[in-house]
Amino acid sequence: MIRGRAWVFGDRIDTDLLAPGHAMKKGPEALAMHCLEAVDPAFAREVERGDIVVAGEDFGIGSSREQAAISLKLLGVSAVIAKSFARIFYRNAINIGLPAIPLAEAGDIAAGDRLLVDLSKGELVDETTGEEFAFPPLPDHLTAMIEAGGLMAQLKARFNAPEAQP
Amino acid sequence: MTRPRTLVEKIMARASGGADVRPGDIVTVQVDLAMAHDSSGPRRWRARLEALGARLWDPDKVVIVSDHYVPAVDPASAEILKTTREFARDYGVERFYDMRGICHVVLPEHGHLKPGMFVAGGDSHTTNGGAFGCYAAGFGATDMTAIVATGKTWTVVPETIRVEIAGEFREGVAAKDVMLLLCRELGMGNHFKTIEYGGPAVRAMDMEARMVLSNMAAELGGDTGLIEPDETTLSHIRAHGGEVEDEAIARWRSDAGCGYAKVHAVDASALQPQVAAPHSPANSDAISNASGERIDQAYIGACIGAKLTDLQMAARVLEGRKVARGVRLLVAPASAKVTHAAARDGTLATLTEAGAVILPSGCGACAGLGAGLLAEGEVCISSTNRNFRGRMGHKDAQVWLGSPFTVAASAVTGTITDPREFLGERRRAA
Repeated sequence: MIRGRAWVFGDRIDTDLLAPGHAMKKGPEALAMHCLEAVDPAFAREVERGDIVVAGEDFGIGSSREQAAISLKLLGVSAVIAKSFARIFYRNAINIGLPAIPLAEAGDIAAGDRLLVDLSKGELVDETTGEEFAFPPLPDHLTAMIEAGGLMAQLKARFNAPEAQP
Repeated sequence: MTRPRTLVEKIMARASGGADVRPGDIVTVQVDLAMAHDSSGPRRWRARLEALGARLWDPDKVVIVSDHYVPAVDPASAEILKTTREFARDYGVERFYDMRGICHVVLPEHGHLKPGMFVAGGDSHTTNGGAFGCYAAGFGATDMTAIVATGKTWTVVPETIRVEIAGEFREGVAAKDVMLLLCRELGMGNHFKTIEYGGPAVRAMDMEARMVLSNMAAELGGDTGLIEPDETTLSHIRAHGGEVEDEAIARWRSDAGCGYAKVHAVDASALQPQVAAPHSPANSDAISNASGERIDQAYIGACIGAKLTDLQMAARVLEGRKVARGVRLLVAPASAKVTHAAARDGTLATLTEAGAVILPSGCGACAGLGAGLLAEGEVCISSTNRNFRGRMGHKDAQVWLGSPFTVAASAVTGTITDPREFLGERRRAA
């Protein structure tokens, strides 16, 4: 179960907004402090552990830079809910254990709403408005990956299994 | 007799070792080629591979290109490049291209991309390779670490959107204009889908123009931008040292009656130059509807917009003309080979006589990393592929996108300008 406060953004939150090029040489923590600065300068400073990012279409469109997802995770974001996700961002987020939830009704959620998300059931409750939403649960292989702790953890288990070197 | 299949279904079927795959299926595939650059590759892989105790699954199937932080402009970028070089040496990667140009241009320059391959690249514009009839898609650094350690990954078999391009391009109109049009008409939300381009206008294109179509499939949100191979494809691969069989043409194509998710038609004959306003490629419109905005900078660069034919387009507009006072025209050829060819055929001389400044080959200003970045409030027109806020420098800079023709014409006038004004004059005078 994930519980957090909603930060709401619009359509096409691209990877240059999430991980700006000018800060890409910096270390992960320093880069994360620039996350979304062009659309909300307060976000990186004020987002709290557990908060949830809610947005419109094409979240994460653009570069393959995984730092776009890592920055959100480092800032403590517990999930991203969007009307749709760019393919590479979606994979990156799941790989690092940041749930990315496609929800057609993401536009009904207001900034500051308290959200309760049940990933395994595919249910989201907006506790501020009382509205309930359903989303398609993750495919089995991705659920397994998140349960293993992300792709690296899954790989470690594979590489350390003596009988099954890949 | 199997059911009619799309090209991407055939590639996925081969790569997954399965007899039949359908859109929506999740399959594990064997990767044929893994590509990395200095920003998302060794710098991010090394610690992870060490944590796994893993080596590369097959160093001969890994290609590394340093193109993002080249040449180093500060100690941090120098360190990233050093890490890249040491990784290539320590992990036995022979196919390492250090400062030879942008990965998406360097791979075809060495004949590495072939029809039917499954290519995984650590960069979103890996789609560029789809012009060679391979599934070439972008992946993030953790995905790529898994790929280079195991040779495998998972994928969703995508649906295909077929873009059928007919007619002949008019003077001053280029493949880039098709892509800006498509960003408006198809939008950027075609996620987990493949874009397949075909039709007489695509058949008539050389490989450099085809790569423009495939490159900006990334902006459409597509996995890749496939083009079925033909004689043009095979001759290009062979001319660049790659081996490929004639039968690739018959084998790697979509069958008649295959189930496209959508077919979208474009008439090249009716197309006029397009420009995309800040801050999205989808904010595009015909140049006749654009504002004539004043510019500070014109940039010809990136994997999509600085190959030899792109530089030649700019030179045709700039020949005998000068860059407007108060405007800077920056040209970063896409590779060392492009620079060499453009120097030999006189293209670079035409550009520099007009006042262009030639920058090193690499991702440079397009990726927000190298020379040519913008200050607050500055306006640039660029031959690159995306104009997201903050991409080319300050978050309050404005970047417009256009073809190399349009960028060059705008550099001459200092405002966003229809290149046909110049090319038309030249035609009348001739």
